[in-house]
Amino acid sequence: MSCLRYRWRGRGAGLSAQPWKFLLLNMVTAVGRSVPRRDGASKVTGEARYTDDLVVAGAWYGKTIRSTIPRGTIRSITLDPAYDWGGSRVVLVTADDIPGDNVVDLIRDDQPVLARQGGEIRHKEEPILLLAAADRSTLEEAAEHIRIEYVPAEPVFDPAQASEVYTTIEIRKGDDVEAVEGVEVVVERSFTVGLQEQLYIEPQGAIASPTPDGGITVIGSLQCPYYVHRALKRALKLTDQQAVVVQAETGGGFGGKEEYPSMVAIHAALLARKAGRPVRLIYDRHEDLAATTKRHPGVITHRTGVKKDGTLLFQNIDILLDGGGYCTLTPVVLSRAAIHASGPYSCPNVRVRARAVATNTPPNGAFRGFGAPQSLFAAELMVEHVAERLGISSVDLRRKWMLRLGDTTATGQKLTESVSSDLVLDAALKAVPPVPPVSPSRPSVRRGRGLSLVFHGSGFTGSGEKKLSGTVAMEALADGTFQILTASTEIGQGTKTIFCQLAADALGVPMGRVTVAPQDTSLVPDSGPTVASRTAMIVGRLVQEAATEITERLKREKAPLRVEKSYIQPDSLHWDETTYRGDAYPIYAWACTIADVDVDVTTGAVRVTDLVTAVDCGKALHPVLAEGQVEGGCLQAVGWATIEEIKMKDGGYQNDRLATYLIPTALDAPNIRTILVENPYSRGPFGAKGIGELPMDGPAPAIIAAIHDATGVWLDEIPATPEKVIAALARKPA
Amino acid sequence: MRDVTYLRPKDLQDAVQLSRTTPGCRPLAGGTDLMVMLHARTLRPAPRAILDVWSLSELKGVRRVDGMLEIGAAESYTGIIRSAEAQQHLPALVAAARTIGAAQIQNRGTLGGNLANASPAGDTLPVLLAYDAVVVTDRRSIAIDRFFTGYRHTALQSDELITAVRFPLDRQVVFRKVGTRAAQAISKVVIAVCRQPARVAIGSVAEVPLRASGAEAALASGDVAGAIAAVTADIRPIDDVRSTATYRQAVTQNVLRELLRQ
Amino acid sequence: MVQFTLNGRRVSFEGSGSRRLLDVLREDFRATGTKEGCGEGECGACSVLIDGDVVDSCLVAVGQVEGRDVLTIEGLSSPLQQAFIEHGAAQCGICTPGMLLAAHVLLQRTTRPSADDVREALAGNLCRCTGYTKIIEAVLSCGT
Repeated sequence: MSCLRYRWRGRGAGLSAQPWKFLLLNMVTAVGRSVPRRDGASKVTGEARYTDDLVVAGAWYGKTIRSTIPRGTIRSITLDPAYDWGGSRVVLVTADDIPGDNVVDLIRDDQPVLARQGGEIRHKEEPILLLAAADRSTLEEAAEHIRIEYVPAEPVFDPAQASEVYTTIEIRKGDDVEAVEGVEVVVERSFTVGLQEQLYIEPQGAIASPTPDGGITVIGSLQCPYYVHRALKRALKLTDQQAVVVQAETGGGFGGKEEYPSMVAIHAALLARKAGRPVRLIYDRHEDLAATTKRHPGVITHRTGVKKDGTLLFQNIDILLDGGGYCTLTPVVLSRAAIHASGPYSCPNVRVRARAVATNTPPNGAFRGFGAPQSLFAAELMVEHVAERLGISSVDLRRKWMLRLGDTTATGQKLTESVSSDLVLDAALKAVPPVPPVSPSRPSVRRGRGLSLVFHGSGFTGSGEKKLSGTVAMEALADGTFQILTASTEIGQGTKTIFCQLAADALGVPMGRVTVAPQDTSLVPDSGPTVASRTAMIVGRLVQEAATEITERLKREKAPLRVEKSYIQPDSLHWDETTYRGDAYPIYAWACTIADVDVDVTTGAVRVTDLVTAVDCGKALHPVLAEGQVEGGCLQAVGWATIEEIKMKDGGYQNDRLATYLIPTALDAPNIRTILVENPYSRGPFGAKGIGELPMDGPAPAIIAAIHDATGVWLDEIPATPEKVIAALARKPA
Repeated sequence: MRDVTYLRPKDLQDAVQLSRTTPGCRPLAGGTDLMVMLHARTLRPAPRAILDVWSLSELKGVRRVDGMLEIGAAESYTGIIRSAEAQQHLPALVAAARTIGAAQIQNRGTLGGNLANASPAGDTLPVLLAYDAVVVTDRRSIAIDRFFTGYRHTALQSDELITAVRFPLDRQVVFRKVGTRAAQAISKVVIAVCRQPARVAIGSVAEVPLRASGAEAALASGDVAGAIAAVTADIRPIDDVRSTATYRQAVTQNVLRELLRQ
Repeated sequence: MVQFTLNGRRVSFEGSGSRRLLDVLREDFRATGTKEGCGEGECGACSVLIDGDVVDSCLVAVGQVEGRDVLTIEGLSSPLQQAFIEHGAAQCGICTPGMLLAAHVLLQRTTRPSADDVREALAGNLCRCTGYTKIIEAVLSCGT
């Protein structure tokens, strides 16, 4: 489990290479070092306070009553008249108690806070009523005295049969793909990817408290304080000041706490408002698994045209994602899926047609990678299938196809710096020994190796960062310390630590003199959400700029003083949302992953034994944290590719407990070896690029290729459960 | 759970007495199943009291009794794994215990609990069947092949307490569990096999852990291929959240083939 | 009434013996370092030590700790804690208390564990952030 680091400077680093060299020699003391993480001590002693750990005097317990059918309307809601519904015992909230809009504010105004009586139910577990009581047994007892009757309607579960489309995207590059001349071989294949649960170990939760000004303060487990703030204002009709959102220590997010906490927070707030006292709304694992968002499942079909020598002539790609019952972030997920669909390859003629549809399952939403793992899974396996058809090595084919400096992507973006396809491919290949033979004592085991090459856009897509204009503030205080004010959250990835490193080096002070203000909307500006591999690169850069400006001003002025920095889109970036042409991302991070697997042909069990991944992060601001992101993301991808399966029954998830939704344990996890390649990005802080999501992209296709290498069978669907492996082996001609 | 009375008997005799005189009473050992169900309120009928037998010294330990090895009903899997007697005489039981959960569950899970819970997926249960174990209760001995009477139903009376499980010393049993992951997994298929006498016991393939009678008959006459062929008719697997009937059929045969090759 | 030792102190609890040890630790003794991740003995976030053995406190009725010695993260003092910080073994931190206690038991019993020993000892503690790599490194660094 050693870590190799390649420092690479030169071609592609552009004009900024020299200033960094200067910085490295003279000023940099924190950046690039694995300093102790800021939140480390409190986390290893049990002192860190997560939402459910907070003691709030007089708080009641809240509960959400949810639909038991996937589609229909509510015929009636009946409260048992014999039960004591007195407000001193129990508080009940219905859609009629919502002072503002009955909408969870996000992209499309389709998702209600609570379904209305007579209103539509679009998925199982849809929130209908809220209850609060002083103790849990009263709460459970009251819930048993409510009867909801429905008029069921015919649900739609098959995305291919769905009539309601959330969004479509078309990307075109070059000529009409089916009219391209000189094509000698066409390969067509479909790939299916399954649902995946984020499975942060701390379930969703929020505590809401009414404030004397008629407002509400919500403390919760969340990634994006200002998403929750906006949603809260709208549903409860609050002013900017009346709605206050505070992030508690948060036990993992992975996208699962991007949009869903708005729902939890509004619910808690409605209960608190009606009860006139604080209310704790903490999900248990079952509710969290059954009701909250998952990774979008989908089907991706490729038609690829090549010459016999492997020359890539066209890629024709269809993407179908299942959005579930409400839109949530589906259009943005589809966007990232479409842009990454052609893989890190240079193809003259590309057509991507992407569609996301509505079905009657619980809504799908944000999850690390955000559509890219789905489409890159298909793209990478397509390379394997074309190579197999042509009888050439898939590594050689990748070298022939892969994007290099100066090439253009499917959206027509010309790559002008920090392109690392060859660097990561070489680094990964160099790091792996030959595949060791299987011990003769394990005759049922077949061993194989597979490789993948991926890229991932860092930061928001297209004009996202420009529209958002994320802001960071920094204060120089009279005592000689500095405070960073940002809404970017610490969810384990190390935000607080790397921001302090960046600030300390830009200020030229020891890290001990830099602090981070709490993620509290009454204190910090909106830095944008903590998503999209943007925190280190985009917000981190703002921290660096703010610190630099403070340093300059302190030469002329005295503390205390405050500066604010907002994102300004460089003039060189152009994006056309209507045509999907232009610079889809400011920069891309790159990874090559090599997976070794053991397949037991007796049981069909796939064990990923070793994973080597070379990742270009631009600059490792904190190598240990960067490796931690890579290793954690890789294991999530291993789980997605192998054992994390969700079976549906009547529109609900059968795997709605941790005894049935299985993630890898320490015994299942492969040896993961990370190679950090540093090919700097001129506008990243100290050259850094975002890599939070990238490690989710590569392992799945590498594992499927390794299973093929081991057994000779191709699986087109993940997870590659033992059931699928055994079935595929049975179909294999003897 | 607030309305569930907690009873701590001072010894086995006291436990037997409390069990017989307390209506709606459920024995509690390591709690690995019961505490989950109590908290989720999924037990029907809902228990009114729990009788804590975890600490009763009479239900602990691994010892020789009447030429058999006796394991206390509340002995933990960890205790079984560490027992030199169990390692020597019941290696398949030790192997099964090692596949259950992880350290936290092995430290609390017990044979008595696994038996009383009577899950068709109970990891030790096929092993008990292959050993022809005897379930000892506060009032009688029950042969293991008469213990499981239906889905999560046993031959136990409502106030009957399991006190121990007895095993013969001379059996050669092999064991294999097929789960979704390396630890903390409930089985897709679990098999224990003995050649002499012929025993083929399988879990997760029917509503109860079962003896595969067709396969056993073939094996008894030395027909290994016949046993592998016959086993498909012995089992009644279903599609559920953990696996499929098709998979369980195929893998039961595959695993049986491997175990019989050893 | 249940009397037991919590992190070296004699304590007593007056409520029902059928309550989960997890809830009593968190709500009555404010030992909130013990986390609830699943409530069914799958994730290990609620791990505590009873008489030196690691158990899931969501599966223990508090009556069962009568006269016993309970150790939670609040009572742990181990070089593992510093090693977890240095090696990056704690990310979001929610699994960390349980993970540390399970690792502590291993090191009490095996002075120089192998990586496989560590994996087995920690198999009952789920982590979703780290891929376990740095946790295993941290534990191995504390072997003597």
